[in-house]
Amino acid sequence: MTRYIIRRLLWGVLLLIIVSALLFVFFRILPTGDPAALRAGRLQNPKVIAAIRADLGLNKPLITQFWIYMKNLFLHFDLGYSYYSSASVKSLIFDRLPATISLVLGGAVIWVFSGLAVGIVSALRPRSRLDRGSMGGALVLVSAPEYWLGLILLYAFAADIGQIRIFPGANSYVGLTTDPVKWFTSLILPWLVLAAGNAAIYARLIRGSLIEVMGQDYIRTARAKGLSETRVVLRHGVRSAINPILTILALDIGVLLGSAVLVETVFDIPGIGRLNYDAITHADFPVVQGTVLVSALFIIVANILVDIAYAYLDPRVRYS
Amino acid sequence: MSAEEPLLRVEDLRVEFPTEDGIVHAVDGITYQVHRGRTLGIVGESGSGKTVASMTTLGLTRGQGAHVSGRILFEGRDLVALSDRELRAIRGNDIAMVFQDPLSSLHPFYRVGAQLVEAVRAHRDVSRSMARERAVELLGLVGIPDPSRRVDDYPHEFSGGMRQRAMIAMALANEPKLLIADEPTTALDVTVQAQILALMERLQRELGMAIVIITHDLGVIAEVADDVAVMYAGRIVETASAELIFSGPEHPYTWGLLKSIPTLDTPRERELVPIPGTPPSLINPPSGCHFHPRCPYAQPDHSIIDPFLEPAPGEPDHHVACLLAAEVRRRLWAQLRVGRTPAAALAEVGLPLAPPISDPSGLGGARA
Repeated sequence: MTRYIIRRLLWGVLLLIIVSALLFVFFRILPTGDPAALRAGRLQNPKVIAAIRADLGLNKPLITQFWIYMKNLFLHFDLGYSYYSSASVKSLIFDRLPATISLVLGGAVIWVFSGLAVGIVSALRPRSRLDRGSMGGALVLVSAPEYWLGLILLYAFAADIGQIRIFPGANSYVGLTTDPVKWFTSLILPWLVLAAGNAAIYARLIRGSLIEVMGQDYIRTARAKGLSETRVVLRHGVRSAINPILTILALDIGVLLGSAVLVETVFDIPGIGRLNYDAITHADFPVVQGTVLVSALFIIVANILVDIAYAYLDPRVRYS
Repeated sequence: MSAEEPLLRVEDLRVEFPTEDGIVHAVDGITYQVHRGRTLGIVGESGSGKTVASMTTLGLTRGQGAHVSGRILFEGRDLVALSDRELRAIRGNDIAMVFQDPLSSLHPFYRVGAQLVEAVRAHRDVSRSMARERAVELLGLVGIPDPSRRVDDYPHEFSGGMRQRAMIAMALANEPKLLIADEPTTALDVTVQAQILALMERLQRELGMAIVIITHDLGVIAEVADDVAVMYAGRIVETASAELIFSGPEHPYTWGLLKSIPTLDTPRERELVPIPGTPPSLINPPSGCHFHPRCPYAQPDHSIIDPFLEPAPGEPDHHVACLLAAEVRRRLWAQLRVGRTPAAALAEVGLPLAPPISDPSGLGGARA
């Protein structure tokens, strides 16, 4: 098991190196905008631009630039400085992380619990009115785009522009350490929007998975023991049905940590997704590189965690 | 047989499942009884209703939308009429069940010990550690070596035979009065089968419980059963003591079963005779005697008249549901047992040969 984890970690590092290299190639070779010119702003004379170019090391051969970039990245964890604001990319990312983590984890808690509850109830009464209703509702939620749902909710409930003003600070994020109450209230609507589509997907997943499990022989055994139906469903049915869902959950969280850009934009939450989006519009390469790398890191880590968790969740799985 | 009240008495049990294609008459009015400390073997082909009948005893067909009528009297209480809660108190406690495939019947994510502990604590208000001691004791009882260590294994770490032993241990957790074993040896190797059957016989002697063993395998019946009920198409066609089923069977279907298995004391050149056709549809069963489309001895009126399970003359514990006269049946069997073909036996007895099966699938028996 330990050897397996070490092997997976080494693969993860290799994958990160490949992603970094690809990023470098994309941004240097694709015609985007000259960062030196962008950085020069209004001082567009060739001397200034040349000076900036030398300062940023953009006049060196590409291969040297690549070497410096990789060395800084993997030996010093240095992601460089923003062309736009001159702040270090590392500090920019760390400033933005708490908001994204708050948004994604809070949303995940909501979508997991609501999705599970709806999915389990639907699975136990397949084709009942309740099942059809909730699965139909799930379809609507899956189809509703986040930015649309977000704007609708803001229009309906936000404290400043809403028709029914019940969620104060819905579009003005406050850090958890600054004011926990405001942090919570400002995130309720974003959480709901982020959770809506996912809850619907998870409800359908757990429903399908649980219906299949409830037909297994060991469920019949559990009933034959004289256990209560609640115990049969929760301890024997859901315990099995939930495994594949946990795998997807870890990957979803990993992906969302880097790409919750729609919800972050609609609700003006200063997160990683927004940082990435803004950096792209400003051709701020170091920041784009940094955010993309962090996203890749989240996904790789989530993958490794899933594989390790699997060995604990399913005793039949043993890695060698 | 004793005149005392049987432990389990099933009376005119019917189980029907509504499906999109029509109503499946899985169990079509069966009556049988199980006496304390004895073993009843229920034998029949796949789809004859033997499993559904037993699952219904435990109420396990309730969740599947089954319509159940008739009575299942266990120690005088009618299980069909009990509430789910009352039935749950009996399930796994007074009546326990062992299933066919032990690997899929054990939960793959829980340790064997934990599953045994759960079975104990479902009906006994004992501490976890006491239940665990009981689990170790049960595993020892069913012959698992080093039970105090193996109790912490997962099912996939057990061999096939050990898993079935563990299933039996789980069934015995609360010292049931009746153990229902549904094809308990079908998924196992032949040598392991014999061990499991021997184990069940030993446990029956030690614990004094009654056993219903469901099987398609007459070898298993010969090994463990005291009494036998032969099922065909949702009905019981013959009941007798195990001895009598092998020495003097009276139903053509039972003859077919006996003639289709190899035995060591018949000459090897004598061919096995399969039962022609396939089991009938339970949605649209054949009219009259359900077996008539496949019966070589069927007479024209057998597709019209429905036979009852009636005592065989001179054998009060032997019941047969056949429209042939008892005397004709006995003469036919006398011919068959010495190796004559059905046609030769019929000629000897002086009956016309039944027309060949018009529908080889047997599915359209009622229309044929």
